[in-house]
Amino acid sequence: MDEIQSLLHGFLVALSFKNVAFMFVGIILGVIIGVLPGLGGANGVAILLPLTFSMAQTPGGTTTAIILLSCIYWGALFGGAITSILFNIPGEPWSVATTFDGYPLAQQGRAGSALTAAFTSSFVGALVAVIVITFLSPVVAKFALEFGPPEFFAVYLLTFCAFIGMSKEPPFKTLASMMLGFALAAVGTDPVTGALRLTFGTEKLLNGFDFLVAVIGLFGIGEILLTLEEGLAFKGASAKINLGVVLQTWKELPRYWMTSLRASAVGCFMGIVPGGATPASFMSYGVARRFSPNGEKFGTGQVEGVVAPETAAHAAGTSALLPMLTLGVPGSPTAAVLLGGLLIWGLQPGPLLFVEQKDFVWGLIASMYLGNIAGLIVVLTCVPLFAAILRIPFSVIAPIIIVICAIGSYTVHNSIFDVWMMIVFGVAGYALKKLSYPLAPLVLAIVLGDRAEASFRQAMLVSQGDLTVFFSNSLVGTMTGLAIALLLWPLASWAWSRVRA
Amino acid sequence: MAEGGEQKAAFSQKSAEIAVAAFFFALGAVVMADSVRLGAKWAEDGPQAGYFPFYIALILCIASAFNLAFAVLSARDRGRAFVERGQLKLVLAVLVPAAVYVALVGWIGIYVASALYVAFFMRWLGKYAWWKVAAVSIGNSVVFYLIFEIWFLVPLPKGPLESALGLG
Repeated sequence: MDEIQSLLHGFLVALSFKNVAFMFVGIILGVIIGVLPGLGGANGVAILLPLTFSMAQTPGGTTTAIILLSCIYWGALFGGAITSILFNIPGEPWSVATTFDGYPLAQQGRAGSALTAAFTSSFVGALVAVIVITFLSPVVAKFALEFGPPEFFAVYLLTFCAFIGMSKEPPFKTLASMMLGFALAAVGTDPVTGALRLTFGTEKLLNGFDFLVAVIGLFGIGEILLTLEEGLAFKGASAKINLGVVLQTWKELPRYWMTSLRASAVGCFMGIVPGGATPASFMSYGVARRFSPNGEKFGTGQVEGVVAPETAAHAAGTSALLPMLTLGVPGSPTAAVLLGGLLIWGLQPGPLLFVEQKDFVWGLIASMYLGNIAGLIVVLTCVPLFAAILRIPFSVIAPIIIVICAIGSYTVHNSIFDVWMMIVFGVAGYALKKLSYPLAPLVLAIVLGDRAEASFRQAMLVSQGDLTVFFSNSLVGTMTGLAIALLLWPLASWAWSRVRA
Repeated sequence: MAEGGEQKAAFSQKSAEIAVAAFFFALGAVVMADSVRLGAKWAEDGPQAGYFPFYIALILCIASAFNLAFAVLSARDRGRAFVERGQLKLVLAVLVPAAVYVALVGWIGIYVASALYVAFFMRWLGKYAWWKVAAVSIGNSVVFYLIFEIWFLVPLPKGPLESALGLG
């Protein structure tokens, strides 16, 4: 059992005083970020990423930096549940499904048990996903060591086609926002020939668009503008959790083990295949409602209806790191930001990471176990504190969040032009979100654009322009075939519904 | 919060759909044109610089053409508001000061600009007492100064006030 040994070594790395301290800092920051409107996992991590630049220079610093950032992510996943249950405002898109039963529970005065159920099932979902990562990622990484450019391009193709096949949004809108991302990624110097592309003579565009700025604008400013439409005040149930409620809820939870298991499976699958946490939570809620004996009571305040989406969202959010670490292909926008961090620190995500950076990889995986335990403790004990943050009036918190976003965009490259771009991306994010253009594929395309293009061009060079290279062996052929099937899925289901009608 | 004419649509859903789809299409056309200028063909030594972006832009144009067609033909969006007047007012109340704020950052530094921005917001939208406005806005900038300049050693843009205080 090589994995167990590597994992134990990882625990040694992660359990240093400094790393544990940053773990708690990350979780607390993450929950605050998850609770605040306009700040979420993706842009929260993006804003704090520049702060880790100097930290990553020290020996072992990259491990501390990734522990800090990934714990912010876990914290944000936990934080989303608080606002959904107490305020009926999903702090994060993946906690929308949690409001369906969580808010009715809070209205019936059972906020404590709803929160306990949400946090505990988040923890269970994450734990299952981390176990999957522990044992599956070395296998995937070993497998991926054999990959050449055509295989890598097939993985990218699969990722992007999965967005079209699985997205709730109209397929052509998904396609358009994805291609916009690729076009934005192409701006600047062509990595192969050095030619200037799409700069139209302006120096500002020489380095292209930075995806961190795009993430902060699209998700941060865009979200603030959307929240503003709803008005300036939040009204919510009060949060009280005491040990009695926690223990009582824990006694009730084992009853839903089957729901948890199904939700974890759905979540892990959707996280690894880039569907993401949001569709996973909805899908899991739907599945639970169909299979539960109390299915028809869902929506009126069933604990099971909180367990299902929360477990799946956390499982998906966590397992999205598996393809990021092993293949360098992130499964969610937040994983994409973490990938960007790795690149900035000088680490090359992908299969070689498991060979060359053992301390980093296993320290991170061990920190996922510890971080989620720390998260569970923090959220269970500090819920009233976090809920109090939402009672700060919006006219105070909104400008402060915008200032934080501006500082975050500025620090990426120390450029005020980037802050302007943040505002532009903010307006774009607001409009695109309202017209149901999905933002996740746009962000992933900006991050992966250059690498997808490079692997495509290398594959084309090897094959002398022959596209059949993507079907040249069974592995790459299967992936390409699967990608095309996913791409055509919306068309097929549309045709099927027409035939039946 | 919305009274009378505040609930009237500022833009209809349909016109917003059409505008965004048309914008995407135009963007795709611009990218294609620039890719052709660079060379979007297959050269002796492999694909030219414009090869990949050209096809990306082509797909963007095709997808936007479909979106545009759906938007024009759809009856569902007729009469639905993309944004109501009252909502648009609130959104602009944040967006316009935010743009002014960014312009100020380059001129008087991020700390003074942030304090002014927070103060403006609290006074104008929140109607807080002046002492609360001053405490929050100045306190906020001081905290950010400590976090960025002192603890994490990340320099942010500074202006005349910081140099007068000997901090810049």
